[in-house]
Amino acid sequence: MTTEMIILQNGRIVDPATGKDGIGDVWIEDGVFIASRPEVPERAFCLDLSGKWVTPGLIDMHVHLREPGHEYKETIETGTSAAAAGGFTAVACMPNTRPVNDNAAVTRFILEKAAGCAARVYPVGAISRESMGEHLAEYGEMKSAGAVALTDDGMPVVDSQLMRRAMEYATSHDLLVMSHAEEMSLSRNGCMNEGPVSTRLGLRGIPAAAESIMVYREIALAELTGARVHISHVSSEPSVALIRQAKLRGVRVTAETAPHYFSLTEEDVGNYNTHAKMNPPLRSERDRQAIRQALADGTLDAIATDHAPHSVLEKDVEFSYAANGIIGLETSLPLALRLVHEGVLSPVQLVDRMSCAPARILGVGGGRIACGEPADLTVVDPDRLFTYSAATGRSKARNTPFDGWQFRGKAVLTIRDGRITHRDL
Amino acid sequence: MGVKSDYRFRHRHIFGMEQLSEPDIQHVIATARSFREISARSIKKVPTLRGKTIVNLFFEPSTRTRTSFEIAAKRMSADTFNIAASTSSATKGETLVDTARNIEAMSPDIIVVRHSCSGAPQLLARHIAASIINAGDGAHEHPSQGLLDIMTILDHKKELAGLKIAIIGDIAHSRVAVSDIIGFSKLGAKVCVAGPATFIPAAVERLGARVCHAVEDAIDGADVVMALRIQKERQNDPLIPSLREYATYFGVNRRRLEQAKPDVLVMHPGPINRGVELSPDVADGASSVILEQVRNGVAVRMALLYLVMGGEKSDDGQGGV
Ligand SMILES: [Zn+2]
Repeated sequence: MTTEMIILQNGRIVDPATGKDGIGDVWIEDGVFIASRPEVPERAFCLDLSGKWVTPGLIDMHVHLREPGHEYKETIETGTSAAAAGGFTAVACMPNTRPVNDNAAVTRFILEKAAGCAARVYPVGAISRESMGEHLAEYGEMKSAGAVALTDDGMPVVDSQLMRRAMEYATSHDLLVMSHAEEMSLSRNGCMNEGPVSTRLGLRGIPAAAESIMVYREIALAELTGARVHISHVSSEPSVALIRQAKLRGVRVTAETAPHYFSLTEEDVGNYNTHAKMNPPLRSERDRQAIRQALADGTLDAIATDHAPHSVLEKDVEFSYAANGIIGLETSLPLALRLVHEGVLSPVQLVDRMSCAPARILGVGGGRIACGEPADLTVVDPDRLFTYSAATGRSKARNTPFDGWQFRGKAVLTIRDGRITHRDL
Repeated sequence: MGVKSDYRFRHRHIFGMEQLSEPDIQHVIATARSFREISARSIKKVPTLRGKTIVNLFFEPSTRTRTSFEIAAKRMSADTFNIAASTSSATKGETLVDTARNIEAMSPDIIVVRHSCSGAPQLLARHIAASIINAGDGAHEHPSQGLLDIMTILDHKKELAGLKIAIIGDIAHSRVAVSDIIGFSKLGAKVCVAGPATFIPAAVERLGARVCHAVEDAIDGADVVMALRIQKERQNDPLIPSLREYATYFGVNRRRLEQAKPDVLVMHPGPINRGVELSPDVADGASSVILEQVRNGVAVRMALLYLVMGGEKSDDGQGGV
């Protein structure tokens, strides 16, 4: 029987889970990490990775793959292909598809479609039936089918009692509850951050309080119920402050932010650029600084893209009618590497926020390079200069404000289960 | 007009006061003044834009602004078409971009657009070859109104620099307020805004206005008082408890106006809710220049149509400028 063996030599192994950060070799055989041996077998495929980082496979815990229902925007195949190109070996996909992933049949459909795709897919089930915020979905059945967490993402759970029950019931199945934190009565009809730019452009604003009020509710309910609660796409300073205090009190709350919140501000809306429209909206420079600081001190555990593909049909329209969201899988790591180059994050912290923390929060495998475990890893060239082009990206969609940006650093090799899913060496 | 001789007006589209420099504004006013003379003639028509096609594309009903643009175009002999579009056609699947492409088939030279969405004129300009003039977009800008307001003030005051101009009312939902604040402050006026806090938008100081807590503070020593229309439709949004209470605490009336300069100008973009934002005696009083604003509106719009066409007279060259 022939076996497949890959040996990655002389790379800088950045593996926060084991505390390792140094030059070494990584051996892979039959899809799993193995201990190195004194002799390199002749059949082994060897790669010299001098000057590059070898990290556990990156995990994006917040993407919208759009399938089933919106295949003209993205499919599980194209989305995972974009993930691999961006250095991700796994993604968690949000349930706001059509139909909504609120039952085991949809969860199974997603996993069947994902089999053989370029990245692992972890389905996230809905908190409420059809994400309508009225009745609990069947958490036990979805979990048995493979769901790893719960959210009504795209919409907040408006009813506090329902959210309380959702958290309580989620503890019975040991499932994470992810919150899209938005107080709708404050954000209604808003389409960008409330501030000088919304005033200049005459657009209805959304204050940061629309997010932080709900963040506080989720923290209070997490304390009441003891549930594991995760705040999705944190965008503002007040939310960061609340999460920081809650963690100090020992509340089981985790949080993520997206690359655009530490890279852009409301000023990037410019003259009605719909590629700078997302929910929550791009905030002020002060918020951006707070997000960067919170990523550095660990208040924000993870970087997740909120990859939200849309076609021109949803974006080439009046700003207030345009759909929220941008794609992000192929720009997430390059944007995060800017934080490393600017001294905000160390390489170890970056890998933690993009691999270990998502694995830990979701309770899934990966996030480390350990013998006997599936060989999911990412090779990063931190100094590779390139210009990102949405047109040549792997996603079906092109709605990104980063088109044409020059970056330093990207994923040059992605391996999932010992199989190369992306190579740009 | 103090405009240097090497000056040229370079804008193909008019989206807002934000894009206009002080010389641009002065040039539009000077051009509008020369056109105003036409309106005083017995035959109020010149061939300046003969052969040009102007489409008035209004997604919001507005008899006043549309009529003003239409008169302006007709006085310059342009062919005009009015298209009253409905934003509800968007729900039927026709987008603004589709609409633009359909209109493009008429080969218009200028499209005058009014839309409830801020930024719609810019979107249109990206998809159509014609010049675009914004006749009011959402709560963004209404540049021809801003220009006619400046023209009206300059008919009475030597310059805007140093004037105190109070703008009272619903600043947050008013495109007139944005255009006025930007335009007035570009010309050196001190702009104060006042109204209930629910009507004051975030960071309005960044546009160039100072926020006064009380209407009295804004009017105190003012050279110009501009009252803005209270949109009755906004009653559903809990911004003010009642029009009656608004009139009592924030309306511009005779008593409040006594604190202004004796030669104060009272202005209003119309149509007026008499007894709400302006008391009837003030609206019709000696200080009121509201009808002059309407008259200057036609002249300013003639100037804009002329200038976005490159300031060229038509082939027979018998323009009125
Ligand atoms: Zn969300």
